[in-house]
Amino acid sequence: MNATADERMEKLKVLLVDDEKGYAEVLAKRMALRGIAVSVALSGTEAIRMLRGEQFDAAVLDLKLEDMDGIEILKIFKKMDPAMPVIMVTGHGSETAARQGMEFGAFDYLMKPCNLNVLMEKIRQACHR
Amino acid sequence: MENAQYYRSLSRNLVSIVIVVSFTPLLLIAALIGYSFETSYKGKSIAYLKETVKRNQQNIDVFLSEKLDYLKVLSRSYTFEELTDEKFLARKLAILQDAYGGVFVDLGVVNSQGIQVAYAGMFKLERADYSKAEWFKTAMKRTHFISDVFLGLRRSPHFIVSIKHNWRGEDYILRATVDFVQFNSLVENVRIGETGHAFIMNRAGEFQTKVGPETEANREFYMALLQKNGLKWEDGGLDAVSGVPSFTYSYWDSPYKEIILTGEGRRGGDDFVYIMTPLKSGEWVLVFQQDKSDAFRDLRRARFLALAILLLGGASIAVTAILVSRKMVSRIEMSDREKEMMNEQVIETGKLASVGELAAGIAHEINNPVAIMVEEAGWIEDLLRDETQMEASKLEEVKRALTQINTQGERCKEITHKLLSFARRTDPRVVEVNINEVLEEILSISEQRSKFSNVKLEKNLDPDLPHIMASPSELQQVFLNLINNSLDAIGTGGGTITVTSRLADDRLVVDVADTGTGMPKAILARIFEPFFTTKPVGKGTGLGLAICYGIIKKMGGDITVNSAVGVGTTMHVYLPVPKGAVP
Repeated sequence: MNATADERMEKLKVLLVDDEKGYAEVLAKRMALRGIAVSVALSGTEAIRMLRGEQFDAAVLDLKLEDMDGIEILKIFKKMDPAMPVIMVTGHGSETAARQGMEFGAFDYLMKPCNLNVLMEKIRQACHR
Repeated sequence: MENAQYYRSLSRNLVSIVIVVSFTPLLLIAALIGYSFETSYKGKSIAYLKETVKRNQQNIDVFLSEKLDYLKVLSRSYTFEELTDEKFLARKLAILQDAYGGVFVDLGVVNSQGIQVAYAGMFKLERADYSKAEWFKTAMKRTHFISDVFLGLRRSPHFIVSIKHNWRGEDYILRATVDFVQFNSLVENVRIGETGHAFIMNRAGEFQTKVGPETEANREFYMALLQKNGLKWEDGGLDAVSGVPSFTYSYWDSPYKEIILTGEGRRGGDDFVYIMTPLKSGEWVLVFQQDKSDAFRDLRRARFLALAILLLGGASIAVTAILVSRKMVSRIEMSDREKEMMNEQVIETGKLASVGELAAGIAHEINNPVAIMVEEAGWIEDLLRDETQMEASKLEEVKRALTQINTQGERCKEITHKLLSFARRTDPRVVEVNINEVLEEILSISEQRSKFSNVKLEKNLDPDLPHIMASPSELQQVFLNLINNSLDAIGTGGGTITVTSRLADDRLVVDVADTGTGMPKAILARIFEPFFTTKPVGKGTGLGLAICYGIIKKMGGDITVNSAVGVGTTMHVYLPVPKGAVP
């Protein structure tokens, strides 16, 4: 990976929804380094609030949140901004929920903890369809 | 063995309940029917005997009164002079003997002084003096008289029939001697069955007919009876006081016709029945006696038959009760055991499930910190990318350390994934399964343990196998169990476990072969039995293979086993392939 490639990419705005603060923050920093403007939401309610005020190119959604069910949030996202691709992140063993999410219009899903490069690749795919 | 005792007492209770319930009515009915049958049969038998005795009583009375009648006719028809003419008397005797065949032995006329003034017969009894004779004294008091049997002057048993008649103011007696043999045959002919016979006694208990020694021995018994009942008969029996004819030769007018005594006696171990009726106005009694066993022969036979049926029926009831109870109890025992086994199975599954849940929880919790660590390491890597100040060798070392963190993070991830997939194994949902994936997973879980036991795990998996419909967690349980058993069989000495998957005859076969100790036939026959284990107490539940067997059977498959002592064991698991899935 090199910086020039990242710069060629237009600045993508991504909403990262994950209630594990440490993880979300470091992921956001690393993604920012790769030219993506990341907004972190630590809960479902916060994510919905942020999406109301702003528009994002894509969302990365952890399906296991403390306040809301991931699939419910996905449905709300799809209602608020049907064009925005959503990449789901799930724990091992919750493939059923992920598969359900695909039926509700999610772009794809990744197993947690996910490799950053793979995540970046998915985001690029989602935004340049 | 508290359980065995419980089932034994259960069986005993069942047997006794069945026996009591079925025997009580049986015995009651048998007793009731037996009693009423016996009573009515005895009543009928006695009634028949009574009838016979009555008939004979009548015969004998008629016989006696007949003899009396002839004398009466003679005395009324002829004068004293005519009767005392011995030639005339002999002629009359000849006529009587001709008509009645020797019943009349002789004829005689005795005057009031007791001197026989005329005699016709075979004995030389002319001018015989009867004034002292007991019969003469009695005869003079009555209009007619029949004596007891006695020896008399001729010294042979006979009895006298006499009529008192008055001729010109003076009484005389016309008498005849009746042949004892003829009279006796009258009574002797009364025979019923083998032991039923009749005899005559006078009121003093002297036999008036010939009797056998056995009857002779019963004399005392009948004497006592006569004394007890004799008073009744005395009243009208003699006419000595009243002077009216004592002997009514019409039986039907007799006041005694209803006097029939029946009863039972016992002598020398033989029970007998007797029937007694008065003769000769109660001076004599006609006795009929028969052994009970003879008289009630049919009753005895019926009783014996009933007893045999009762015994046979009872025996069959008892046998049936025992067999049925045993069968029932063994069924109950079996179902109890099954229930117990199910309970154990449920507990076992529950334990596995809770362990699984715990593991899943831990794995999940570890996932996040590991992910953060890996990402932070990645962040450091990102930051170091543009680092120029740091010494090159140091930079390399830091990068190596970061790679190591990444690698170890990956390892953690793998471990948690394995744990999580194991945790899901209690899920019985049937989905499409690639058997090779299940086997790979199990092999990787078992790797650590096999390394410890110095066992080589070999796999020989056919990549072109069709998918099957099964619950992955159940399949995991089965194969994990089989591999664990193989590891146990090999022990710590080292060996090889080979897992093969293949397709044979439209069925999917998984072979788990080990080079362990193998099993002898006796053990081989029982390995799928629940609670059968060769492991020491506390080490094995004896449920592993039984559960495996249950799971595979439920899926429509089968498990078979080949084993040779010292060579090893191979388990074959056959799994059904959905129709159309076979390539």
